[in-house]
Amino acid sequence: MAKIIEVTDLTKRYKKATTNAVDGVSFEVEEGEFFTMLGPNGAGKTTTISVLNTTLDKTSGSVKVGGIEIEKDSAGVRRMIGVIFQNPSLDLNLTAEENVRFHAFLYGLFPYRLTYNMMPTDYKKKVEELARILGIEKEIHQPVKTFSGGMKRKLEIVRGLIHHPKLLFLDEPTTGLDPQSRKNLWSYLKTVRKNENLTLFLTTHYLEEAEESDRICIIDNGKIVSLGTPLDIKRDLVEEYMLLDSGNRKALTKELDNSKLKYVEDGAIKVWIKESQIQETIRNLKTKLTSIQIHTPTLEEAYLEIIDKKNEKNN
Amino acid sequence: MRKTINAITAIAMRDLIKLLRDRPRLFFSLIFPLLFVGILGTSLNSNLSADVGYSFLIFVFTGVIGQNLFQSTAAGIISLVEDRQNDFSQAMFIAPVSRLAIILGKILGESMVAIVQLLGIGIMGIIFQIPFNLGQIVGFVPAIILVCLVGGSFGLLVMSNLSSQKQVNQIFPLLIFPQFFLAGVFSPIKNLPIFLLVLSRISPMTYAVDLIRSIYYWGRPEYSKVVLHSPSVNLLVLGVMFLVMFTTGTYLFVKNDRNR
Repeated sequence: MAKIIEVTDLTKRYKKATTNAVDGVSFEVEEGEFFTMLGPNGAGKTTTISVLNTTLDKTSGSVKVGGIEIEKDSAGVRRMIGVIFQNPSLDLNLTAEENVRFHAFLYGLFPYRLTYNMMPTDYKKKVEELARILGIEKEIHQPVKTFSGGMKRKLEIVRGLIHHPKLLFLDEPTTGLDPQSRKNLWSYLKTVRKNENLTLFLTTHYLEEAEESDRICIIDNGKIVSLGTPLDIKRDLVEEYMLLDSGNRKALTKELDNSKLKYVEDGAIKVWIKESQIQETIRNLKTKLTSIQIHTPTLEEAYLEIIDKKNEKNN
Repeated sequence: MRKTINAITAIAMRDLIKLLRDRPRLFFSLIFPLLFVGILGTSLNSNLSADVGYSFLIFVFTGVIGQNLFQSTAAGIISLVEDRQNDFSQAMFIAPVSRLAIILGKILGESMVAIVQLLGIGIMGIIFQIPFNLGQIVGFVPAIILVCLVGGSFGLLVMSNLSSQKQVNQIFPLLIFPQFFLAGVFSPIKNLPIFLLVLSRISPMTYAVDLIRSIYYWGRPEYSKVVLHSPSVNLLVLGVMFLVMFTTGTYLFVKNDRNR
């Protein structure tokens, strides 16, 4: 599959700063991929997105978006991308339709017209379709300030897609939304991604959102500390174990010794074991068990593990 | 080119539409002329007109026109510092539109906003029965446009050197409010001590205010008492100031915008 983002040794140091905000970062994103950048505040996520969307100059390194060197043809890159910002980017005094219309003018999709009625039929059809998708057929000509937080975010995404970008940057898009709105938004994004073969580049604090992505890049202090599928990251970094207990612990530990399994008695018996071996191990145990608890690693544990390790190293 | 003009028009019209939808802002644009012309102008007129030999109400009225156009356009451009972190302006900066087109659209938009806000001053003029003739109104059209362009380019030059709203809040008032007095919006500046004279004559607002007055008072007996320079001198100075501030401001803005 073609690469839509190619970043090699990217470094960014802001003016008057003494350290690099992004420090020698390299990664690639494939067309159609859902790629997530995770990291604590100040890790370098927004700086990376800003360089990729051509609003910030890099200090060194090479960055290509859609095969284009960003400093050679920034307008070409901008035509190819859409950005959903951390802060809302709608004009609250304008209607939903006007927000969409101004976006379309900026991208040169339609010639400037003062009112909706003066716009070409193509545009009107498109707006009707967007209003249907959002379920705001009645409110499309109402000021955006009357919309809920979730609806505003959805409108930003719809607006950001009107010029058919290949790549959509989502910079913490669900911050401040209630769980129901977040769920709805992600369900909508999944549909759009499928229909438009869109590449998603997400930064988020919500680990459950990152779980859904194809690959995750964990960044801290401007450096990549882990990069891979959510499963890889969890497996590589988080202990896999099960907790067993029995009325006859002595017999159970003897059996574990015979099977050469590593364990420790810590309240229950903690056995370090790969997920794939659990079934067979349990089947072979003769001692009657009183409890079995399998520990499934979560992305949150992996993330915290990575950040903690990094901080220990720095201290 | 067509797409660029399209984008410039959209950026400019957005500012105008925003103003027309913002009722509190429209209300205040009527209130300030009432303060400056209605209260300050009337009180100065009652106390000083007999001594200076001309109507102070008209003096303040014409001064406020120049000051209002210049300040409103400058402040509108400077608001980009904060706006680019919020609202729709963020989207403008990632659209395939050149920085020059954004600047031109903003200056045009804020100029239209400043001109609409002139309505408040115009209403004050009608209320206080300030005499106007057709020649003055026709002469005002190019003058108003030029004053807006100079105010916009002044705002651009200031903005291109500021990176945060905190800096704007600290520096912009320092640069704009002294000009009210140096430009003679509310008081005559024909005779000044040398250090104030220098500051007054390098202040862009001085020429903006004087251009408006030089057109209003053209052919009137008070002309020589009120006006500093002829309309042609004011036009020339403002034209040069616009070119210098617009070119330098655009260069610095484009250079500093991405290279943070």
